[in-house]
Amino acid sequence: MVHMEYYLIVSTIMMFAGIYGFLTRRNLLAMLISVELILNSVDINFAVFNRFLFPGQLEGFFFSLFAIGVSAAETAVAIAIIINIYRNMKNIQVRNLDKMKW
Amino acid sequence: MNILSLFPAIPLLMMLGLWISRNIKQIHTVMVTGASALLALSIALVFMYLGMRADGQAAGMLLTDSIMWYSPLNIQYSVGVDGISVAMLLLSAIIVFTGTFASWKMKDGAKEFFMWFCLLSVGVFGFFISTDLFTMFMFYEVALIPMYLLIGVWGTGRKEYSAMKLTLMLMGGSALILIGILGIYFGSGATTMDITEIAAMDNIPLSMQRVWFPIVFIGFGVLGALFPFHTWSPDGHASAPTAVSMLHAGVLMKLGGYGCFRIAMYLLPDAAQELSWIFIILTAISVVYGAFSACVQTDLKYINAYSSVSHCGLVLFAILMMNTTATTGAVLQMLSHGLMTALFFALIGMIYGRTHTRDIRELSGLMRIMPFLSVCYVIAGLANLGLPGLSGFVAEMTIFNGAFMVHDTFHRVVTIIACTSIVITAVYILRLIGKILYGTCSNPEHLKLTDATWDERLAVVVLIAAIAGLGLAPMWMSDMISESVLPLISHILN
Amino acid sequence: MEYTILILLLPFLSFILLGLLGTRLKPSVAGAAGTIVTGAVAILCYWTAFSYFGAGRDASGVFPTLIPWNTVWLPFGGSLHIDLGILLDPISVMMLIVISTVSLMVHIYSFGYMKGERGFQRYYAFLSLFTMSMLGLVLATNIFQMYIFWELVGVSSYLLIGFYYTKKEAVAASKKAFIVTRFADLGFLIGILIYGFYTGTFSFTPDAPALGAAKALLPLALGLMFIGGAGKSAMFPLHIWLPDAMEGPTPVSALIHAATMVVAGVYLVARMFPLFIGYAPEVLHITAYVGAFTALYAAVVACVQSDIKRVLAFSTISQIGFMIVALGVCTSADPHEGGLGYMASMFHLFTHAMFKALLFLGAGCIIHAVHSNEMSAMGGLRKYMPVTHITFLVACLAIAGIWPLSGFFSKDEILAACFRFSPVMGGIMTFIAGLTAFYMFRLYYCIFWGNENKELHAEHRPHEAPYSMTIPLIFLAAVTLFAGWIPFGEFVSSNGQAYHIHIDWTVAGISLCVAAAGIALATWMYLREDRTVADGLAVRFSGLHKAAYHRFYIDEIYQFITHRIIFACISTPVAWFDRHVVDGFMNLLALVTNKVSWLIKGIQSGNVQRYSIWVLGGALGIAIVLLLI
Repeated sequence: MVHMEYYLIVSTIMMFAGIYGFLTRRNLLAMLISVELILNSVDINFAVFNRFLFPGQLEGFFFSLFAIGVSAAETAVAIAIIINIYRNMKNIQVRNLDKMKW
Repeated sequence: MNILSLFPAIPLLMMLGLWISRNIKQIHTVMVTGASALLALSIALVFMYLGMRADGQAAGMLLTDSIMWYSPLNIQYSVGVDGISVAMLLLSAIIVFTGTFASWKMKDGAKEFFMWFCLLSVGVFGFFISTDLFTMFMFYEVALIPMYLLIGVWGTGRKEYSAMKLTLMLMGGSALILIGILGIYFGSGATTMDITEIAAMDNIPLSMQRVWFPIVFIGFGVLGALFPFHTWSPDGHASAPTAVSMLHAGVLMKLGGYGCFRIAMYLLPDAAQELSWIFIILTAISVVYGAFSACVQTDLKYINAYSSVSHCGLVLFAILMMNTTATTGAVLQMLSHGLMTALFFALIGMIYGRTHTRDIRELSGLMRIMPFLSVCYVIAGLANLGLPGLSGFVAEMTIFNGAFMVHDTFHRVVTIIACTSIVITAVYILRLIGKILYGTCSNPEHLKLTDATWDERLAVVVLIAAIAGLGLAPMWMSDMISESVLPLISHILN
Repeated sequence: MEYTILILLLPFLSFILLGLLGTRLKPSVAGAAGTIVTGAVAILCYWTAFSYFGAGRDASGVFPTLIPWNTVWLPFGGSLHIDLGILLDPISVMMLIVISTVSLMVHIYSFGYMKGERGFQRYYAFLSLFTMSMLGLVLATNIFQMYIFWELVGVSSYLLIGFYYTKKEAVAASKKAFIVTRFADLGFLIGILIYGFYTGTFSFTPDAPALGAAKALLPLALGLMFIGGAGKSAMFPLHIWLPDAMEGPTPVSALIHAATMVVAGVYLVARMFPLFIGYAPEVLHITAYVGAFTALYAAVVACVQSDIKRVLAFSTISQIGFMIVALGVCTSADPHEGGLGYMASMFHLFTHAMFKALLFLGAGCIIHAVHSNEMSAMGGLRKYMPVTHITFLVACLAIAGIWPLSGFFSKDEILAACFRFSPVMGGIMTFIAGLTAFYMFRLYYCIFWGNENKELHAEHRPHEAPYSMTIPLIFLAAVTLFAGWIPFGEFVSSNGQAYHIHIDWTVAGISLCVAAAGIALATWMYLREDRTVADGLAVRFSGLHKAAYHRFYIDEIYQFITHRIIFACISTPVAWFDRHVVDGFMNLLALVTNKVSWLIKGIQSGNVQRYSIWVLGGALGIAIVLLLI
């Protein structure tokens, strides 16, 4: 039987890989992928906790399904923004996008 | 409607009138009508007030009225006058009237200028009639804000810098005042904002008074040019347009002295007695320091600004002496300094308008070129150095006599130090007169300049008449003031 | 005697009228108006004097002090209030005569002297202002009213000295005069404050209990008041403004800086005399020493000046010194005991006003004729200006103290009072009287005798002055001739009782001899073609001569103090401090605010990844804190 800890180790690695990617990647698409990693690690956690701690209930599974849906929508929006940024700036490098400053 | 409410209402109506006026002629009509109405109203108020006192109405404040404005905090629009505020209202009306004529030739943005000018007057008049802490504070703020625009837009020289400095320093002061007002309000049990009621309850604990008194005093002291918070004054006055300098030095600086007395000392009497010595030292420094600084300035407006520091220092100095005579002297000095300094700024504006310089090293021999203005300048100078027969003498002598009545060594010594200012004043005034008016004109450009026009003459003559009137027959004014000061002082001392 | 109020109101109205109308009036009209008003005032003053002294003494044998008119002008709370009113007593009535006479003479004289000057109307307006203020000063019912008019005479003097305002020296002189006297007035004011506070009144005669209470501080108050008097009366070391004040028009010097205003200090001491004698005799004696030193100093300086008006100015200082000494040597209020000096001082004030005004007006005629103040431009003028010459001689003899001219009588009384006080003081004052005779005759010979300055006179032939100028001279000369015979002690004496003047011929003999010696010396030195003796002395004592010529460098000391110390060491650093320290602190606050906001605005970089680092870091931080607690 695979213990719960193994799942959690995987999701933690995914989580921090995602955070690391989000903070260090200079490309918006790469950052988006990192965000997906984070979201997916959370999804795994939901499913795992539901399965091992509260076997009789389904809220965790539902929530991870819900999160997958939301993240799909979010990705669509993000891609749209990125494409628009690319159209305006010809560039999707983060360091060039400092219009929000001050 | 209460007659007092007319004082802020008329300038508001004037703003409305200005808003719909189409050309300079209509603007002038509105301004002259409004300013004359204010002047007439304030003179009528003086007679009305004296009549009511003669009828035996002994209440501290007369013509009172009060409307609840914001009940959760007990903020009321409450008005009332005593001798001090009547005198101040008269002063403000005279200066608004003469200021209008002094800026007669204003061309660029005259409409907006006069609108802000009227808003400033709303604040000033409202402040003097209010007896509610918060309403007073509100009018105080109304008087401050237009100053920024008036100096920043219509000023000369480093106007943005000066406007910013002046506004920020005064705002800093008003932040202190707000804190202080809230302190007083909650300290007295949070039941009323009315000054007379708070004073009657007299229940602010001494430990709280010790905190709030310096805060409120410094808050108003900033506006009253208390050393070392006076530095907005030279720069601000130097950059401001004529009418604004007049109103600012003539009336707005008096808000400081008035507030120090009416709020800081009257409502926090125990701490005032305990801590007055600190401020007496500061004001004595103001008096002498301002005079010495004025001795070496080269800009006409700086000289006058430092002289204002010295004279306004004397106002605060006198009220801290906490006796009727000195405080009456302080109010007389407010009147007298308001008139004199307005006259000075008006004349400086007129001279600057012709010569385009205020540097005394570049001016000389103006007496031959513009005799009327020069003679008036000499009169203003003599009033400033305390010539008997003009208002400065009356005020200064009342202050010195009053201050001398406090007989312990400390007060004696500071009084004598403050007295020396009359000599130093003579030094800088005569230096100035000798340099710019006397002698022969060294700049050929100046030879073709013209003397005052009718509007300038009117402004100057009204001010001189007021100065001479106060100086020749001070008794009725001094009686009116001391009668009102007496109960306030006895409240402070008990 | 309510009409006495007109004595003040008339000149005041004339001032207002002339001042407001100004150049709209024709010069001659303005002058005539001023003169007529002054004439009316003079008639009123004479009438007042006549009826006051005519009314006679009261039961206790003194002339009563009348207050025909008095009103509260400014109350100070408590018992203190400034009154304006009119007080008549022997000395104020005597001063009325002096002031109105000299003022009238000067008004008439100015018609000729100021003819064609620019600002003629203004000149007459200022004269009216001065006349009003000076009359108000002597008629004051209380010390504060005196202070008010004291300031007003100061201002009129300022305005008149600076009459030629395009002339640099005149402007500087007027400024100096005002500031020096203002400085002295500070002492006066503080003295008044002390006096008022402790006696509870500004009146000259506080009641006995108040005086008893104030006993300890009265000497201080009176001493401070004397500082004010010393400023106006040009006592050493506050005398420096008077010689410079000669920059004003000469008739003004005659009126203000010789006859009337400069004796205000003497009048003040005389006014406070009962208090001085009763409560502060030691202060009174200090004034005597100050006066004696001043008299000596000024007499020495007068011996070497070359500007005729300056000689007269120093002679004025010296003569005022005499008056102060006479007051200062009093030891009691009884004229027979030790109060003789009071009468002598007032008498000398009276006679001095007349002959010094005469001297100045004469000097005005001379200056008018040769267009210069310097003695070198004069010499031999007696042929051209006979009237001026004779009247000037009369005045010189009077000031030298030659019998039977007025100066002899008054000076003799002063010397008698001094000898009564101490022989040393008497001796010194007699010596100064000799010096006076010497320098006056030096002046006289240098102007009217000796070598003519031919080239200058060829260019511009000196001429006798017009009648408007000579008539006042003749009038004043007549007064000088006969004023000595006025039984002055019958009118004015220290305790008000009649005092019969009797000349002490030992003292008078000594002083006459000394005066004669002085005149003889001057004659020997200056009434000859070459001035070898005088020049030789000047060379031999060149250091002393130079120092005296430069008035012993007192002016330079003042210059040093004002420019080097007050301006350079106080005002400039204060102004610098204000701009750089006080204001700098405010600017520093602004700067710090600005800098801090620049610093922290970097956080708002717009970089999403940086934001998320902050978010994560913050979340971690909070988590750690929460876990640890």
